Amino acid sequence: MTNETMHQQQKPNPQTPKIIIGMASCGLGAGARSVLKSVVHELEKQKLEADILSTGCIGMCAHEVLVDVIFPGRTRVTYGNVKTTMVPQILEEHIGKGEAVKKFGIAQMYLDDKTVIPYEGLPFFDEMEMNKGQKKYILRNCGYIDPDSIDEYIARGGYAALEKVLKAMTPKAVIDEISKSGLRGRGGGGFPTGEKWASCAKYAADEKFVLCNADEGDPGAFMDRSLLEGDPHAVLEGMIIAGYAIHATSGYIYVRAEYPLAVKRLKHTIEEAKKRGFLGQNILKSGYSLEIYIKEGAGAFVCGESTALQNSIEGKRGMPRTRPPQSVEAGLWDKPTCLNNVETFANVPFIINKGADWYFKIGTEHSKGTKIFSLTGKIKNAGLVEVPMGTTIRQIVFDMGGGIPKKRKFKAVQIGGPSGGSLPESLLDSPIDYESLVGAGAMMGSGSFVVVDDTTCMVEMARFFMNFCANESCGKCPPCRIGTTLMLDILTRITLGQGEEKDMEVLEQMSDEIKVMSLCGLGQSAPNPVKSTLRYFRDEYVAHIRDKTCPTATCVALHKYEVTPEKCTKCQACIRNCPVKAISGSTTEAAVINKEKCIKCNLCYEKCNFLAIK
Amino acid sequence: MNTNKTVDLSKMEQVLEKYKNARGSLIPVLQIVQAEYGYLPEPVIGLISEKLHMSIHEIVGTATFYAQFHLKPRGEHIIKVCCGTACHVKGAKKVLEKISETLEVSTGMTTKDNAFTLDEVACLGACSLAPVMMVDEDIHGKLAPDTVGNVIKEIREAGVSR
Ligand SMILES: Cc1cc2nc3c(=O)[nH]c(=O)nc-3n(C[C@H](O)[C@H](O)[C@H](O)COP(=O)(O)O)c2cc1C
Ligand code: FES
Repeated sequence: MTNETMHQQQKPNPQTPKIIIGMASCGLGAGARSVLKSVVHELEKQKLEADILSTGCIGMCAHEVLVDVIFPGRTRVTYGNVKTTMVPQILEEHIGKGEAVKKFGIAQMYLDDKTVIPYEGLPFFDEMEMNKGQKKYILRNCGYIDPDSIDEYIARGGYAALEKVLKAMTPKAVIDEISKSGLRGRGGGGFPTGEKWASCAKYAADEKFVLCNADEGDPGAFMDRSLLEGDPHAVLEGMIIAGYAIHATSGYIYVRAEYPLAVKRLKHTIEEAKKRGFLGQNILKSGYSLEIYIKEGAGAFVCGESTALQNSIEGKRGMPRTRPPQSVEAGLWDKPTCLNNVETFANVPFIINKGADWYFKIGTEHSKGTKIFSLTGKIKNAGLVEVPMGTTIRQIVFDMGGGIPKKRKFKAVQIGGPSGGSLPESLLDSPIDYESLVGAGAMMGSGSFVVVDDTTCMVEMARFFMNFCANESCGKCPPCRIGTTLMLDILTRITLGQGEEKDMEVLEQMSDEIKVMSLCGLGQSAPNPVKSTLRYFRDEYVAHIRDKTCPTATCVALHKYEVTPEKCTKCQACIRNCPVKAISGSTTEAAVINKEKCIKCNLCYEKCNFLAIK
Repeated sequence: MNTNKTVDLSKMEQVLEKYKNARGSLIPVLQIVQAEYGYLPEPVIGLISEKLHMSIHEIVGTATFYAQFHLKPRGEHIIKVCCGTACHVKGAKKVLEKISETLEVSTGMTTKDNAFTLDEVACLGACSLAPVMMVDEDIHGKLAPDTVGNVIKEIREAGVSR
């Protein structure tokens, strides 16, 4: 880099061991801060020397707190589920003697320097169940570098794409390259990114805007947060390249209010990038100037929609407006505006560096590159996975995800959040790409991947999403405002055992009406969870409506408080917990509930680990 | 926290001076007010109206659109229990019920001693630790109805979150 300035960050000495703690939100939530405290304390107590660094999310969230140790000349070892009690031993043996503590270690990896010596008997990171089959292109730095250090980003090839673009490519050449790569928007709709940039570039105006959608409103998605917390410079670099391509004069990153750490990181990232001349006036002496500002969201799902987001930046109620005009022509403050998602931007420097032809080879015919999913719910290896488009649902759930915990059975996966659908077991082998998902009744959405097992009631799940949409509907257009509320009423009635035969048909009809009549994507896609559950789990609706039973015994109003003797293990947990002593039974006899005494408090149901009470 | 005391406007004068001519400044200003006072006090709204040349209706209309802004005083600590999909599937409802029982308040309310306000949010982005809650700016994960009472107790005793 040309204008390298000396900077407060002292260069770490390669001869000092390093302790790297995962300090993204997931790490902090699992207790990273107390682990850090104990590391500092123990180093002092054992009179050891080591550099303490922090990093972002490496995707293995189920194993947080994660602590990595690099001993000079050896591989980087990852310790998982680290508790403060484990710290003294790790420091004593690994920092003190250079020996990895194998019983706590979950993996090791080579550094950029491949000559380091590995430890025997520790699996390599890429060979772990969760990581095999993944292609960590966009997540390559997450959980590896210190996100607050621009030097570490640069050392791994950061800002090389920007330099190349500014020095050797015209804006049109950049757009052509992105178009040729086949990149499509990762924020939901999958609109071709190059095409969007081209249509924005063609409008001339005194001011033009590039916007980054970091609203990540889909409950159950955290890829964008992980990227912002783990590799913020990559997102910024992509955004600056986009700005150059469309001739933007300034840009905004719209971050949701629930992500305070991401906001903090981004502020620092912008400052650092400006200090090094990657952002601001006359970037890398190319003559191109761009300022980027952060706007914090204020807690509204609909603000992820492009026109609502623009209204929110303008300081108004975040409501969508009718289109046309499209934002690329008249968006923020009526100026040409290009909005892309966090992950979309993170793909950009990668494509420029690797070349569109290389990128085009990854994925399926119409969906190129990789997609990051947040794997959550009833899944063993909850966390982040990055897979090539076209990977099957089965590979993600059973290979990388490690399957369903507690020996339960897979029932469905909700892809695309409240705008998506629940896909059943019969679709486990369908590939994940934009078209296949829409065909199956779900959508790519932003990348939430919530797995549910056979204890989850799909009617209640549909009700949950409808409740979300009804709450988040901005109220501007009646089909969405009233339609979602009416559908919610019907679904609630069904879960209360007051469903009527005609309800399913009414729900189907309303789904179609709301879809075509709503103003924005929120209403247009709100019926999707209902439609997909009606399509794949109709028998559960029938059970609720006709037989007044909930097959998974989730819907409390439908509980009959009867014990299924075949399922009862005679553990007597229900008997001990019943406040009115209505349950009898023994180690040899299955429990029996006395209906006359029972007050339907539901405690026995909650305490039973074997679903023997329905 | 300024609850019964009169509201000190002097801090806001400076802030508003800075934002007076900026575009789209209402939401950032409201965010500063919310952070400073814990809610949007009426006199401050009046001041904003005057300095930014906006009607009170426009300001309150915008403020009430967003979940982040509150027109009434809030507790010292804000507990946001996640009820997003991942947390829902992992039993967030029971955790919420337990907290609500422990604090003797329902969602959206503040405890009598003014220590806690209980809120529901949809996703804190820590879904892999579900069920999750955020106390002020700290995330607490892998909660269970049996243990969440202790977490609250610790915070109450420490006076600050972990
Ligand atoms: C109700 C609603 C919520 C949305 N939320 C988000 C979001 O949180 N993040 C996002 O990137 N896109 C979201 N979108 C999609 C955006 O409107 C937009 O299509 C996207 O940000 C464009 O970027 P892309 O082309 O890079 O995907 C949402 C759309 C709707 C209708
Ligand atoms: S769903 Fe609870 S943190 Fe995401």
